[in-house]
Amino acid sequence: MTTLQQFAWLTRRAVVRTLRQPAAAFPALLFPLILLAVVAAGLGSATDIPGFPADSYLQFALAGAFVQAAMVGGINSGADLAVDIESGLLDRLALTPLRRWALLLGQLSGAVTLALLAGVLYLAIGLLFGVEIAAGVGGVAVILALAVVSALAFAALSALLALRTGSSEAVHGAFPLTFLLLTFSSFYLPRTLIDVDWFKALATYNPVSYLIEGVRSLYIDGWDSQALALGFGLGAAIVAIGIACASAALKGRLAHR
Amino acid sequence: MTPSHGFDIRAEGLAREYAGAGRAVDGIDLHVASGEIYGFLGPNGAGKSTTVLMLTTLLPPTAGRAAIGDLDVVADAHAVRRIIGAALQEVALDPMLTAREHLHLQGALHGLRRAERVRRCDELLERVDLTSVAGRKVSTFSGGMKRRLDLALALVHRPSVLFLDEPTTGLDIRSRTALWDDVRSLARDDGVTVFLTTQYLEEADALADRVGIIDDGRIVAEGSPAALKAEIGAPSVEITPVRPEDAAGIGATLAPFGPSVAARDGGLSVRLAGGEAALADVVRALDANGYAIGHLSLEAPSLDDVFLAKTGRPLEAASDEADALETREQVAA
Repeated sequence: MTTLQQFAWLTRRAVVRTLRQPAAAFPALLFPLILLAVVAAGLGSATDIPGFPADSYLQFALAGAFVQAAMVGGINSGADLAVDIESGLLDRLALTPLRRWALLLGQLSGAVTLALLAGVLYLAIGLLFGVEIAAGVGGVAVILALAVVSALAFAALSALLALRTGSSEAVHGAFPLTFLLLTFSSFYLPRTLIDVDWFKALATYNPVSYLIEGVRSLYIDGWDSQALALGFGLGAAIVAIGIACASAALKGRLAHR
Repeated sequence: MTPSHGFDIRAEGLAREYAGAGRAVDGIDLHVASGEIYGFLGPNGAGKSTTVLMLTTLLPPTAGRAAIGDLDVVADAHAVRRIIGAALQEVALDPMLTAREHLHLQGALHGLRRAERVRRCDELLERVDLTSVAGRKVSTFSGGMKRRLDLALALVHRPSVLFLDEPTTGLDIRSRTALWDDVRSLARDDGVTVFLTTQYLEEADALADRVGIIDDGRIVAEGSPAALKAEIGAPSVEITPVRPEDAAGIGATLAPFGPSVAARDGGLSVRLAGGEAALADVVRALDANGYAIGHLSLEAPSLDDVFLAKTGRPLEAASDEADALETREQVAA
């Protein structure tokens, strides 16, 4: 069996597993919507600030929902891997002629599935509430692609945590971190309008800002090559570093428990 | 099933040391012949599972070596994995997948092509009696069903050597004997070499061609169950008094007949140094002292007697000690 076929089998398993756990999938889809509804209702007057880039706050904040769903889906995916470690399933898989990267990437596919489901749902809701995609139909595909890259990034980091700790509780414990990352980003306000220096600095160094701005640019501005390069570039870098570290952690776990 | 051929298990000075926790396995030598069922008997924490993890390539030894056939478990780990199957202590299943999906996934990862995979899955489902529930998610399975599926998964790729780590722990008697039948058939009909760990004396006795008794990381006795029991020789007599207050007096009366051994709750037991012939004298002595006997039985030597003779404590007590230690460690942590 080729490594690609192994990957396909593990992808299938991760997708089936994700879709059969609605209790885990629903929060990933619904939390971002609830937060979106709350901030859109509470911070609507922000649109009056001179230089605010959107007509409605919901339109502005929608991008954050894609990234938040990617974070929650990523954590779920890492927690699933930790459960495999706890149950001994990882050992069973290790006793097959399975390639490490097929195992890792297959595992991440659950998060990708959830990110795509969330992406389509949020786009539909956005369109329903009058959000227009400035970059057109092609922009829709790129929004989903950036959502997938974001999901892969968080799933890879979450897999690393799972492999280092071997504990699903430890992975679930990372949930509060996702709220911090979201809060100290450009989710609530454009970075140009944040006038508190330390907050602005945090948002500037926070990669989540660029994932959100990449998505946001596609429906507000059209094709903004700088925003897309930063979003995809940082996302891909996190994916690469996360997978490389997770792969090393997997090797270590299988060789030296 | 196509008969499997010719892989034995060898270990020389095999050891595993955990940082700060000492040696879990302390230099064991093993040889399990091809097609043999080898029972690895010992209390919790004796080093059984650590040995299995090393023999199945999942844990590198810190000293010594082990091989499956001619393949070293460290240097040839990938090749070893193709010829062994393992059902480890915890049933390793995804609760969200069905039994059939598990078997297909495992078969595919082992490289079985679709037609062969379908045939093999049906055959194994039949073998472990799960055909009627093959489409149900594993989360709905009983403990026995999960154990049987776990065994089927270990067999998907027709391994020549099978490792079963406490395969019947938590199973009811019916499921346990069904699994014993499966294991016997694998060795007898298919020529599979079986390495089975257990803390159940009757399991090792009923199933294993040879038994290795492990305690505190070392093999303390090895041989066929019959040979090990023959080493002990004398039977024991167990007596339960009608009046619990007679226990001390009965103990004193029994003392001249041989050393005291472990007995059921409320009972007293001694190994009869004079053999079965001493039983009549025991009864006469008890009668002469006026003790009322509720229950009296003559027990042939068991593997527990072997364990007691080799380690100085009964197997059950050793397991309880290990459990208590584990609990203390968890509380301390």
